[in-house]
Amino acid sequence: MISETSLAERGLEIALITDAPLTFSRGQAVIHPSRSEYFETVAKFKGARYVTCSDLCAVDYLSAKEARSLPEGVTPERFEVVVSLLCLEKMRRIRLRVQVAESDLTLATLFSLYPGTENMEREVYDLFGITFVGHPDMTRILMPPDWEGHPLRKDYGVGRVPVQFREAPGPR
Amino acid sequence: MSDDEMTTSVADNEMHDESESQPVDADNETEVAFDLTARTGGTSEGLAPLEMTPEVQRMIEEGGVLRLPEENDLDPRQSEVRFGDGETMIINLGPQHPSTHGVLRIMLELEGETVLRSKPIIGYLHTGMEKTAEELTYVQGTTNVTRMDYLSPIANELVFCLAVEKLLDVEIPPRAIWIRMLMSELNRICSHVTWAATNGMDLASTTMMIFGFRERDLILSFFEKTTGLRMNTNYIRPGGVAADLPDGWEDDVEVMMDTIESRLDDYDELLTGQPIFRERTEGVGILRPELALALSATGPLLRASGIAYDLRRAEPYLAYDEVDFDVIVGSVGDTFDRYAVRMNEIRESIRIVRQVLERMPRGDYRVQDAKVTPPPRGRIDESMEALIHHFKLYTRGFEPPEGEVYVAVESPRGELGCYLVSDGSNKPYRMHMRAPSFVNLQCVPALLRGGLMADAIAVLSSVDPVLGEVDR
Repeated sequence: MISETSLAERGLEIALITDAPLTFSRGQAVIHPSRSEYFETVAKFKGARYVTCSDLCAVDYLSAKEARSLPEGVTPERFEVVVSLLCLEKMRRIRLRVQVAESDLTLATLFSLYPGTENMEREVYDLFGITFVGHPDMTRILMPPDWEGHPLRKDYGVGRVPVQFREAPGPR
Repeated sequence: MSDDEMTTSVADNEMHDESESQPVDADNETEVAFDLTARTGGTSEGLAPLEMTPEVQRMIEEGGVLRLPEENDLDPRQSEVRFGDGETMIINLGPQHPSTHGVLRIMLELEGETVLRSKPIIGYLHTGMEKTAEELTYVQGTTNVTRMDYLSPIANELVFCLAVEKLLDVEIPPRAIWIRMLMSELNRICSHVTWAATNGMDLASTTMMIFGFRERDLILSFFEKTTGLRMNTNYIRPGGVAADLPDGWEDDVEVMMDTIESRLDDYDELLTGQPIFRERTEGVGILRPELALALSATGPLLRASGIAYDLRRAEPYLAYDEVDFDVIVGSVGDTFDRYAVRMNEIRESIRIVRQVLERMPRGDYRVQDAKVTPPPRGRIDESMEALIHHFKLYTRGFEPPEGEVYVAVESPRGELGCYLVSDGSNKPYRMHMRAPSFVNLQCVPALLRGGLMADAIAVLSSVDPVLGEVDR
């Protein structure tokens, strides 16, 4: 298991890059920039040799607003965009969790920093309806273009069709 | 490509952007016949005529995104391939073309035989597996994830279980770790030989296809013996594995490894040194390392470009820090390098499997933690408590404490990540899979740009997308 001291060291390392609130989740470093600082924070990490954006996804906290621990000063909102950045030289990962309010579902795109986020941001747009401002191609990617609604939102029903099992005719 | 899939795009053709859904009057009929969106069934997602495409979008389709040093602007004029005055043609490759490895559709703009722009269009296999995962308990979750990347089910189960175990904070016994490693490596070999088979087919080497599927079957038979299923094994479970290895597994694995190793030499004879194969793959579809990194490519695709990023080495999980293996990297980043990296990775995997064979520890194959592990079958017959325990575990399941984790493993296609959020209930609040094929697919326009249409198939194949994972 990860020791306290290594976490403290990691915290110092990150504090050199950004002063956004830092937490640890099961030993993994997570920072919580505000929406306005989001792009700059990612840019700072890019400057600190975090060369790849390995993952970008979103979570809808509609039905579990209290189920997450956020550091002080971060207002929980309905949506959260989660970005994982990777530094290959030191093999470090950092996760950014940005709160996105339901009233204004926009976020700056990371496309100019990491072109590899193109598909991932489209996926988040498609499944959650969060628009990435400045993204070159903000269209649906997995769902059909004329689809209504954003399936991974918690208020989007699973739409399960009840299957009626007819009694199978026996062998006799 | 049949004729009806081909659509010519006249240079001054107008896009009916706004009026798309409105009925078109008879005068416009002929024009509409040439309208891309009308002919291809594509709407906003497709490839629009060049003059209608915004600059940045065009750069993506031309694969020029990565010609940008740092955050310089995207200048299409920097592209190496110039548009001539000739007529260009937009065609659909797929979604049912046999060489596109599933239902992948790629729209290509061609000038003669040269690819100018391309855009992968995906989603045909989207079944909402991430949504489904929110409806299944953690115990049931593995049956869902194993169906994502159907060529490497073990890697999917592994990453999901590692994430669940991290949330639960349980440590699994050494034998379970080593069994997982054995199965992952067998799965990697299996996936790579299948890739070699389909890649051979794409390059018209049907012999390679038969060879590859023959070797794959060896491993699948072992999977069947161990797990009961050939694909979608659902073998790795939170807390360990579903069953111990069958008696005599050492002999099976040894024979399998010896066979595959000797047959790799056959592959070399058939393809590696073969002038036609080399002609078709060398220098084709070069991916520069900085481009690969910027596009978040991982796996053999990234390693072929010369970046030694392998999660087994970079961020050792299971017991990969205790076994001896090399991370294979290419130098040029062309289609041949991607072939060579995969072929050598099979050899490295064989090396790992042999070490696992020697060092497989004894003991439990799943953790003896009543919270995640069902009681042994025998106990259920004699103890009421065991029966209740069994019943509770398979109906209600267990409840990891609140929290969120991101865990990544090296799947045969690259970094397979699982982002798991728990709200303290028995089902994941959110499960997101970072699918390597989905991300790697972004490299396709960059790889195809300026190449020949015939090479497009070879290049596409070398990216190795599995559409089950792309669309999830």
